[in-house]
Amino acid sequence: MHSTTMASSHSYSDSKRYWWLLGLVVPTLPFGSYLLVEATGWGVLWFWPIVFVYGLLPALDWYIATDQDNPPEVAVPDLENDRYYRWIVYLFIPLHFAAFVLSGWVFVQGGLVWWEALGVALSLGAVSGLSINTAHELGHKKGDGERWLAKLALAPVFYGHFFVEHNRGHHKNVATPDDPASSRMGESFYAFLPRTVFGSLRSAWQLEKTRLARLGKGPWTLQNENIQAWLMSVVLWGAMLVWLGWLALPFLLIQSVYGFSLLEVVNYLEHYGLVRQKTESGRYERCGPEHSWNSNHVVTNVFLYHLQRHSDHHANPTRRYQALRDFEEAPQLPSGYAGMILLAYLPPIWRRVMDRRVVEHYNGDLTRANLHPPKRAALLARYSQTA
Amino acid sequence: MAKYQCDNCGFVYDEAEGFAKEGFPPGTAWSRVPDDWACPDCAVREKIDFERVEDE
Ligand SMILES: [Zn+2]
Repeated sequence: MHSTTMASSHSYSDSKRYWWLLGLVVPTLPFGSYLLVEATGWGVLWFWPIVFVYGLLPALDWYIATDQDNPPEVAVPDLENDRYYRWIVYLFIPLHFAAFVLSGWVFVQGGLVWWEALGVALSLGAVSGLSINTAHELGHKKGDGERWLAKLALAPVFYGHFFVEHNRGHHKNVATPDDPASSRMGESFYAFLPRTVFGSLRSAWQLEKTRLARLGKGPWTLQNENIQAWLMSVVLWGAMLVWLGWLALPFLLIQSVYGFSLLEVVNYLEHYGLVRQKTESGRYERCGPEHSWNSNHVVTNVFLYHLQRHSDHHANPTRRYQALRDFEEAPQLPSGYAGMILLAYLPPIWRRVMDRRVVEHYNGDLTRANLHPPKRAALLARYSQTA
Repeated sequence: MAKYQCDNCGFVYDEAEGFAKEGFPPGTAWSRVPDDWACPDCAVREKIDFERVEDE
């Protein structure tokens, strides 16, 4: 049930208020692994954070009900100004840094066999991937403080250009063929991954180059926000290498590549096949509820700061997570993002589940969908008979 | 000197103040801001979507 009516700002209480603290469980997962391995001696428990992301979250989404609770508009200003919600996001960052340091140390000095070390690096990579979601929440906010925290949060995973590209590139071009981070129907995750990684990098550089040109400057300056963010990573990674030696390098690389791949698989499922139509003026129509895949699965929503209320996020990018709304008319995924990630890794199953949903969304008219160019003719031929 | 506001997020461009980070020094007229310039806060509106703020 929607509960958006008949409530004053004083009578509204956020049913998820304390559940948002669960987001802080993520950066403590590697500490949990450490304690579990210490207690049992079982090296397989280094993989605990991986099990958490791929096993526990989808399972909990499956068993726990969805939540469509929306705050009444009158309560939103108070909800947004309540600093509690900000602080629990900020706290993610020091916990992540501590986990990063601990994991790097265990990787190099822990006396592990190779597969245990791999588990440590991948596990920290899962946290680094989710830290991009934390940076995402912060990077959209007005004011320099939270934007600097966003860059800081992206330092361990070395993906600082996300801060530039996501806000000013992806949001501007979302659900159009121009956006490297919007996936196309018929495009597998493995085709999407290099396109989004390199396309986003190019876009981030171009955005800052254009801005700096208006200032009469070239791109190679400390005012380039990509360079600012990358330098934080250089300092952080450099400190780890000086402290732990070259053996820390595989740790840094594995957690980074796996971490940003986890972000990109989430990007993959957020706009699959959806596209904004061109208006008569030649501009794309505004991004509406129908241009993002949503989910009200509450467990993943709590761990991802309502990222799955993705339509409202794109309509109102500066709105804080606790105030994001479910839109009934928005396309819904059959499971939470955590479960959909598993499907995205298995393209035939993904396409069996999702392609018919794209077809339904466009009432059988795939000329209105975002189609992967190499598959375009085949998709149109295949679904034109059923339309 | 006029002000123009983003109808999505409320960002205000004030001609008197300009917006140095975006390359518009104080006194830069709205007419000199490029048409495809996106709102620096939300990025989902462009210059032509902004509305003039009427003086009280
Ligand atoms: Zn705006």
